[in-house]
Amino acid sequence: MKEIHLFPLVGSFAENKDIAREIRLEKIMPFIRNEDIMLNFEKIEGATQSFIHALISDVIRKYGPEIIDKFYFKNCNENIQKIITIVVDYMQE
Amino acid sequence: MKINIPNSAFLGNIDPFLRSFDNSAPGTLHITSNRKWISIHPLVLSMIAALSLNATNITYDKFEAASKHYLERMNLFRFLGIKSTGMRAHEPAGRFIPLMQIKNSDQLTAFLTDMVPLLHLEPKHAEPLRYVVSELVRNVLEHAQSPHGAIICAQYYKKSNSIRIGIADTGVGIRATISRAHPVNTDLEALRLALTPGITGTTPQEGGTELNAGAGLFFVKSIARVNRDFFFIYSGTASYKLLKSKTKHIMLHSDPLKDRNSYEENFPYWEGTLVGIDISLDATQEFSSLLDLIRKTYIQAMRDRKKQRRRRPKFV
Repeated sequence: MKEIHLFPLVGSFAENKDIAREIRLEKIMPFIRNEDIMLNFEKIEGATQSFIHALISDVIRKYGPEIIDKFYFKNCNENIQKIITIVVDYMQE
Repeated sequence: MKINIPNSAFLGNIDPFLRSFDNSAPGTLHITSNRKWISIHPLVLSMIAALSLNATNITYDKFEAASKHYLERMNLFRFLGIKSTGMRAHEPAGRFIPLMQIKNSDQLTAFLTDMVPLLHLEPKHAEPLRYVVSELVRNVLEHAQSPHGAIICAQYYKKSNSIRIGIADTGVGIRATISRAHPVNTDLEALRLALTPGITGTTPQEGGTELNAGAGLFFVKSIARVNRDFFFIYSGTASYKLLKSKTKHIMLHSDPLKDRNSYEENFPYWEGTLVGIDISLDATQEFSSLLDLIRKTYIQAMRDRKKQRRRRPKFV
């Protein structure tokens, strides 16, 4: 499993979509078909829907909803969990 | 262009001020102001500062109001090129964020970091405020195509225990952005679509693109709705105002016109977008329960649209 610590990349408030896109393109897309990805939100206090969308929506769009099973979201506070759930939900509609 | 800074202009009573804005002769800006007292929403300051960036010739009548120092403290004089009155600068912590120009992602990140200590926000208040500013300013940076970026300022009001924020840009405006992906005939129609969850100007497809889901403005409006606060957006000749609400039971609507609102279709043309929002710190509902409501409304809106697109058999 590949673990990505987000705090060193985005700081305590995850809102920068440009960085989310870079993480997706460089650290998620090349690997996710062959191994699980753990996104570690340790020390992250908040995230925007736009950030989470830029981080994972295109992976779901490209590989289908089954790819969601290859993601593990670690150390998410309640609000971050809810924002991730919103994005995952609407990407499956 | 001519603008008169009135005695009072907040989101609840801002309409007469906006109607009085004279947008003729772009490139020039003449400013007059109430002679006795000026008490205005940060949105008014952001709007004037944004206009000043596009004007090559700025003139003004002498500011005589006793509260003119407020305009200086909020950096407006600097934007207008007016000499300092020599007032002593106050330590801004706990009260306000003066006018700032944000032109790129790094500046936004720095602004969001500074904002929380400057306004002395508790964590439960910081989250929705950071959220609102991030979504609104990113919208400007991504869609407005303005070389000047976003102009923003904020003020804490002790009496109402609220934070009021104003963001202005002089970019292409919402109609130009939305009409890239959706047919729109009026500025109001464009505002309505922009506030509808799942509608983005980057694609007509449901679910958006890799970077845009069409949810940002809906989230921001929802934060105001749940906290029963004002939210105001003005672009082109149209404005939409979410009105304060006192009802106990809060419902989010995917169609902004179903919320308690007022709108205007014949304001003087504003090239770009203005957004104002008030966040009451007393009423700030837990962000977590707001997210539950947003999820429910967002998903329902997508299902409804899907249903509408479904083909029907033709029985002859």
